[in-house]
Amino acid sequence: MSAVPIPRQSETPGLEMPRQHYLNAGYSIKSWLLTLDHKRIAILYLISVSAFFVMGALFAGMIRLELLTPQGDLLEAETYNKMFTMHGVIMIFFVLIPSIPAILGNFLIPLMIGARDVAFPRLNLLSWYVFMTGGVFLMTAAIFGGVDTGWTFYTPYSSVYSNTNVMLAGMGAFTAGFSSILTGLNFIVTIHTMRAPGMTWFRLPLFIWAHYATSLIQVLATPVIAMTLVLMMLERSLHLGIFDPNLGGDPVLFQHLFWFYSHPAVYIMILPGMGVISEIIACFTRRRIFGYSFVAFSSLGIAIIGFFVWGHHLFVSSQSVYAGMAFSLITFLVAVPSAIKTFNWTATMYKASISYESPMVFAFGFLGLFVIGGVTGLFLGAIGLDVHMHDTYFVVAHFHYIMVGGEIMAFLGALHFWWPKMFGRKYPEGWAILAAALVFIGFNLTFFPQFLVGYLGMPRRYHTYPAEFQLFNVLSTAGASILGVGYLLPFFYLPWSIRFGQVAGPNPWRAKGLEWQVQSPPLTENFEQTPIVTEEAYEYSHLEAKVV
Amino acid sequence: MIGQFSLWPPQASSVAWQVDALYIFILAVTILTSLAVYFAIVYFAVKYKRKSEDEIPEQIEGHLPLEIAWSIIPLGIMLVMFGWGAKLFFDLTRPPAEALNFNIVGKQWMWKMQHPTGKREINELHVPMGQPIKLTMTSEDVVHSFFIPAFRTKFDVVPGRYTTSWFEPTKAGEYHIFCTQYCGTRHAQMIGRVVVMEPAQYEQWLKTGSVNASAANETPEVAGARLFQEQRCVTCHQTNGLMAPVLNGVFGKPVQLQGGATIVMDESYIRESLLDPTAKIVNGYQPNMPTFQGQISEEQILQLIAYIKSLSSAAGGQAAATKPAEEQPTNTPPAGG
Amino acid sequence: MSESHAHAVVAHHDPTVAHQFDDKAQQTEAVTLGMWAFLAQEVLFFGAVFTGYTVYRSYYPDSFIAGSHHLDIKLGGFNTAVLIASSLTMALAVHAAQNTKRIRLVFFLLATLFLGFVFLGVKVIEYGDKFHHHLIPGLGFLWAEPHGDPKHVQIFYSFYFAMTGMHALHMIIGAAILLPLIWMAIRGRFSAAYYAPIEMFGLYWHFVDIVWIFLFPLLYLLGLHAQ
Repeated sequence: MSAVPIPRQSETPGLEMPRQHYLNAGYSIKSWLLTLDHKRIAILYLISVSAFFVMGALFAGMIRLELLTPQGDLLEAETYNKMFTMHGVIMIFFVLIPSIPAILGNFLIPLMIGARDVAFPRLNLLSWYVFMTGGVFLMTAAIFGGVDTGWTFYTPYSSVYSNTNVMLAGMGAFTAGFSSILTGLNFIVTIHTMRAPGMTWFRLPLFIWAHYATSLIQVLATPVIAMTLVLMMLERSLHLGIFDPNLGGDPVLFQHLFWFYSHPAVYIMILPGMGVISEIIACFTRRRIFGYSFVAFSSLGIAIIGFFVWGHHLFVSSQSVYAGMAFSLITFLVAVPSAIKTFNWTATMYKASISYESPMVFAFGFLGLFVIGGVTGLFLGAIGLDVHMHDTYFVVAHFHYIMVGGEIMAFLGALHFWWPKMFGRKYPEGWAILAAALVFIGFNLTFFPQFLVGYLGMPRRYHTYPAEFQLFNVLSTAGASILGVGYLLPFFYLPWSIRFGQVAGPNPWRAKGLEWQVQSPPLTENFEQTPIVTEEAYEYSHLEAKVV
Repeated sequence: MIGQFSLWPPQASSVAWQVDALYIFILAVTILTSLAVYFAIVYFAVKYKRKSEDEIPEQIEGHLPLEIAWSIIPLGIMLVMFGWGAKLFFDLTRPPAEALNFNIVGKQWMWKMQHPTGKREINELHVPMGQPIKLTMTSEDVVHSFFIPAFRTKFDVVPGRYTTSWFEPTKAGEYHIFCTQYCGTRHAQMIGRVVVMEPAQYEQWLKTGSVNASAANETPEVAGARLFQEQRCVTCHQTNGLMAPVLNGVFGKPVQLQGGATIVMDESYIRESLLDPTAKIVNGYQPNMPTFQGQISEEQILQLIAYIKSLSSAAGGQAAATKPAEEQPTNTPPAGG
Repeated sequence: MSESHAHAVVAHHDPTVAHQFDDKAQQTEAVTLGMWAFLAQEVLFFGAVFTGYTVYRSYYPDSFIAGSHHLDIKLGGFNTAVLIASSLTMALAVHAAQNTKRIRLVFFLLATLFLGFVFLGVKVIEYGDKFHHHLIPGLGFLWAEPHGDPKHVQIFYSFYFAMTGMHALHMIIGAAILLPLIWMAIRGRFSAAYYAPIEMFGLYWHFVDIVWIFLFPLLYLLGLHAQ
């Protein structure tokens, strides 16, 4: 293929979109729905995950509206229970788990390592279809009246007592899980076997290390919840006694099996975000991340240690006291690598050259919110304190700080950082900074009061509550409305920029990394010729030339 | 007190201040550390703001002593948090020996309480101040969780097993009881209140306060003795041990089972024997006991347990033991292993 | 400008190398690692149900032994031999492919498929027998033997069907994949130059065999020394 030569950056006064790229390589529906191009698959995921995000956010909106007043006056109890269940199932299985890996990981991993595509492009496309199939199951459950078990599906409520569409919702989560497994498998093989010549492990961007660690968890943990959901669904449909105590079953066994996956799952959600933050900070401080190998190994450490802490969700479940102690200890151990990363990111800024473009603003937001999310995990890990805090709003606030304040912030930062690469155009910077600010302020106002009302004793999953908790709930709902506006803005200016944004050129941020060496948007085959890597990652001692 | 505004619940139990102390310790450490990190970020962000378009900063790779320091020091602090939390957990899960036992049965969507004297309540729990109180809890259906924020106590209430929690109330007043494990439609309505009273007031309330159902003021032991007759347990479980194991003086002691295993005769074993009698048969007996599953409620099981326990107390139960517990029955020896 | 510079890729027209790979070696490395990663995932998948089985076996040993006694050890043992034999034929198939022995390859693939069907046929017989004896949980389960609590024996059979059913499903998927492989082998698509699909399928087949090696003693051979 003879592509138009990439305009030399410093020589071209006005940039033009490249003549051929992956987006205009075919316009038919078939060229999109049967694509094997990892970049197009990433866009397919972008659209579907965004749609699920909107749905999940609408359910969250209903929750916050109901919680404005202490009485259950907006929604019936069962309807409210369905709202928080659907919110959780959608956000966890259909937004947070796929988001960064399936969108940014798919788009960038081959580019960052100098490959033409992922190892198994057809498997990649299949994983999107599997994802959508899971979504169909879940939407069917919603249409037929929803499900009210909570995203945790605890037995015997889910397997014996609930009168809602548990089977469909279970099938939805089960199926989405296989999408996650296939993506992780693809990434592991790609990173191991398709790095360009000279791209040694320790020259890899930290984004790759993070996704490698994430993929290990996806492949090894997800099958456990798949099997667990199967057993729960078998029990429900055939009235077996696997988790039903009336038939000799053990309801707490379900909890162990469930959390064996669902705890590592939270690391699936946060590790890619950490990888993104490393990339953004390196670019906008013009520095190699401080302690590169410590950060790289911390990703692996979190992935591995994270498999051994699931019992901290079962401290008051009637699990043995000694098991609880062991899980508490290991929970504190897993906090250490996250702390190491935070300190390293901060140290990267020392004597750096820092600029405040919108991706960096999102990264600052991540740091602010992730620190709070992380340290509040320590309260919950202290087993004696968790007795009081377990299943209260303190837990809700903690995990939202990490998953929303951490991962979604990082996702937005990533989307903004690589948007020019993906679509060849820049978005309006002012709107992006406004969105970041609204998200940051709105988020804190939404979730910080929840720590307080949680310690006061307000339980999770309550649609009515004692009057003395109202002030905190009103603050929280007010914050949610600001947060909602902050999230809404990118849905406007980002698509707008695809058509009307300023042409970006290959490297608008003057960043290091192989993805910035190719045109924006990239060619379908990524590189005209396979690159040969001779320098370390983040070699900011030699700056990229400025784009005019 | 219900209705007051504050940043933490009332400290109404003997352990509440200990829980809050750990909370404040972790709060202080995490606030300090977070502020230090935030300060560093803001300070660096301002001080090292890019000065020119082509500025290239000094490339600093890392600093091993720093890495080690900020790995070891947080680890050390976290180990302190772990140890403190672990010690606190031991205290929270080990009721004192002199604790009074209350039975709690959770079901969708209410709490049923029974006092040691037999008094029963629904969704309310009147307790005396200054007295350790142990809760023996089970569920009739799904997993619930019994939470009293003012006491800083919580434990899941699980069907098919007994879980325990304990507290010693220290401050008179009324406090929330919440179900805090999602259990279905009316989970948020499965709430109640605990009323802590001066001991004298509590005694007064026991005599004159509201009473439930027919068995007025019947202690669990008396109710259990009645059930023992009504359900015909007495037909087989006699003191000669011929047809069924003797139940006098055996509570809390080891019992040999068919197959050679040994088990302690405790609440769970009694419950299991009532619901699933052939699961663990005492050595030397036939599997003749019928199951009472579906015939007696969880509360009645607890009453029978109380009665059987009373048969092992120093004063003896209603059916006084006439033969020692070790006397072997004259049945045929067990078949095989 | 960065220091990385482009390098001309050696053009290849090998139709057996997919477009995303640089060369045959990279492709082989990738598919091998991919299959091992997939098998690791399968270990965890079966591991979950093995864990559940282990927990309940420790809770209800007598009922599990009673349930196990009703399984036909002869049929189970025969099936074990059949599967081991099929792993042998599969290994011989891989060997034939490596040496471009087309007829031998087709023969051993067919033998593997045949043995797989024998295994599944025996399973049909066993499941049918369970149905006749009302031993399928959820479908009129009835346990009237003196040993074992019916509730707990039902749990044993729940795991029996979940574990052997999941295993049989993997066998069926394996058989389904064998069909196009046999077709391609007949057409001569595999040779010493390109036999990765046969080898990868062989890995999968051996894995499914190993799962059975664990299932058989856990389910069929309980409490043989007792009673």
